[in-house]
Formats: sequence, C-alpha cells, structure tokens
Amino acid sequence: MAHAGTTQPVLTARGAGLRGCRTCGKANPAEAAQCLRCGSALLPEPGLQAVWAWLFAGMVVYIPANVYPMLRTLTMGRMQDSTIVGGAVELARHGSWGVALIVILASVVIPVAKFGIIAYLALAVRNRWPMRGNSRHHLYEIVEFVGRWSMIDVFVVAILSALVKFSLVATIAPGIAAVSFALSVIFTMLAAQSFDPRLIWRSTDSKTA
Amino acid sequence: MMAGMTVADSAGPDLVACPTCDALHRVGSVPLGARGRCSRCGTVLAAPRAGAMTRIVMLAATSLVLMVAAVFFPFLEISAGGMTRKSSVLDAALAFSDGLTLPLTLAVAAFIIVLPALRLGLIIYALAPMALGWHPARRAVPAFRLAESLRPWAMAEIFVIGVAVALVKVGGLATLHFGVAFWAFVLLVLVNVLNDNFMCRLTIWRTLEQRSRS
Repeated sequence: MAHAGTTQPVLTARGAGLRGCRTCGKANPAEAAQCLRCGSALLPEPGLQAVWAWLFAGMVVYIPANVYPMLRTLTMGRMQDSTIVGGAVELARHGSWGVALIVILASVVIPVAKFGIIAYLALAVRNRWPMRGNSRHHLYEIVEFVGRWSMIDVFVVAILSALVKFSLVATIAPGIAAVSFALSVIFTMLAAQSFDPRLIWRSTDSKTA
Repeated sequence: MMAGMTVADSAGPDLVACPTCDALHRVGSVPLGARGRCSRCGTVLAAPRAGAMTRIVMLAATSLVLMVAAVFFPFLEISAGGMTRKSSVLDAALAFSDGLTLPLTLAVAAFIIVLPALRLGLIIYALAPMALGWHPARRAVPAFRLAESLRPWAMAEIFVIGVAVALVKVGGLATLHFGVAFWAFVLLVLVNVLNDNFMCRLTIWRTLEQRSRS
C-alpha cells in the first residue's frame, strides 16, 4: 500500500485538465458542469468566500449562546437560569469534575478550536503559507469529524427538558441559548463543508499537465 | 498498488480523482478485500468486497426496523419522590416546542429521527435492486447522492452519547430505568457505524455507474 504523506509534486485531475468530483471521485472532462457519474455540481474554481461567511455567522451566534441561559431549572418553586459555563461551574462545585470537564470541552474548547482551525486553514490557503507534511490535512479531517459532535449539548438539554418535568418539585426547561448554540454548530459545519480540502494540497500539485 | 498516472483517456472508468486532494489514480487493479488508498492523503479510494451491496442493504433494513422501535417505544423512565415519568425519543425532540425554541424542535426531530430514517430509505432504494442482481432503480443516482449529502446531518449516534451525559446529570436526583427504545437505539447506532465502515462510497458509485449502463 502506498504510504500517505508525500509532498512530491502529484498529478491532479485539475493538473491534467480534468474536473474531479468530490462526491464520487470521477475525473470529468474540463467542460462538464455536472459530474457525469453522480450529477453533483462541479465548481470551476473553489473559493473561500462561503467558508468565511459561514464561519463568521457561526462565531456571531456563538456569543449569545454563552451569554443567555442554556437551562432553566425550577426546583421547589425556585427558578434558576444557568449558562453553558455557569452550568459547568455548578457541576464542578458539586464534585462532578469529570462531567464538568466534558461539558467545558464539548461546548467551549471544541467550538472555539474549530473556529480557529477553519480560519487558519482558510488563511493558509489564501496566503499560500508553506506546508510541511500533511498536518493541515489532519486538521481538516479533525474538524470534519468533530463538527457534528458539538450537537451533544443541545441534545442533552432536549433530553433533560423532556425527562425532568415534575411540576413544581423539579422542572427543567430549555433556554434561548440552546437555539443559538445549535445554530452555531450548524453554521460551523457548513463552513467546514464549504471548505474544499483540495485547496490544502494546491502547493504540492504538479504545475504542468 | 495504485500509481499516479500520466494523462491518458479522460473517460476511463477506473480513473479516480481523490475527493480529498484531487490526485489522479487508477484503481482497476485493487483486488477483492483489499483497500486502495490515495498515495498523497491516504483517503480510501477503492475497497471492493464480495457481497458488499447485499450486506449494506441488509444493515440499512435492520437499522430502519430498529429506528421504528426506537421512536415509538418508551426510551427512558425516571422516578423521583414517588412520581414517575416516561419519555420517548419523540418527547425529547418535542422538548423545545414552546416559545422561541420552537424551531429547534424541528431541527432536533430532523437530526435524530427524520434524516437518519430518510437516509436509510434512500440507501435501500438505491442499492437493494443491485444487491438482488437487478438493474439499479431509475432514480438510484440522485437518491444515493442525497443519501451521501445527508450523512453529516444524521446524528442518531450523537443523540445516544447525549443521553449518557444527561443521565449523569440527573443520576443523583432520581432513579432511572432504560426502556426498550433505548436498547433499540444503541443497537441502531452500532449497526450504523458498522455500515458506514463497510461502505466505500467511491466503490459504490463505480458499481452504480457500471450496472446502470450494462
């Protein structure tokens, strides 16, 4: 099996005057606007505009997600709002360090890291920063894989709200931050999806057909 | 196993442009049971397997049956202070159904029920005729394309992990019992992971193209 990670110039579909399809891998003739095998749209030149747009949208809605309450807990007639970070702090204070860590990791560290990585990849492509090995490819794979998992927090809120409904004794209701957090995850996923990974490799493509 | 190639016939059926890095490869010679990877980025380009279609369709059908069970049977039961509450997956989706969080109901229902079910249905529609040795269905190509684009948005397995986290959160306050649907859902996720690992998308696309033509 060929070993991955070479930075030798490689002949690409683009270099050969063809259009590779990102869905099915077919090498289409250059004039094709749609893949001849699977019918996906083939863009002549992938850009970064959509990536930036989705990324900024994701970052903007991430702010209210942290400011407004994620969970509204009603215990013994007392209403308590908790934000994402506030909820984690509460958990830690009760001694559940592990869960608190998971919550912080899933809803703060990972989303912020994702913003950073996507922005870094897009900047690296735009400014043609030199690349060593395939570390950028790994970063891209991580973002692609991790993106959906941030939705855990929203599902946790949904499950808790569905389960804990004991009228005045204990009731949990979702807060508005759940909506903006979900939107932030969706926008970041769209940003990652609109990033064309072939751009990462442009600098090592062979220049002549 | 695979070599980068010099420009030859552009319409060659075993010519593959790596979907991740665009490097050109020939995959005609990958033997049954082996995996052909891109020489530059390591993406799997070909993984032909005997009876792959049949297995994929069987696993998708299994998932669909489990899905029905998972949605309609009680999922979790919680009891605290003499009160008991049963909750189904549907209840979890509907938790956001009042006020400003209403749109989230639709999204959550889509992520954990509608899209996974739709994706399974599309896979069965596109691949079952081929598994039986027939020609692919007439709309098999757009159906499988849609199934592929839905993949990141079908989040059933993430929901299961979410359940685990939620359990830890309420574990101290109340007693919990798992319902039938919980186990159905866990099985569903396992079957799905199995299926996704079994499926080499590029190989399926090539098979789909060949069978439609012949």
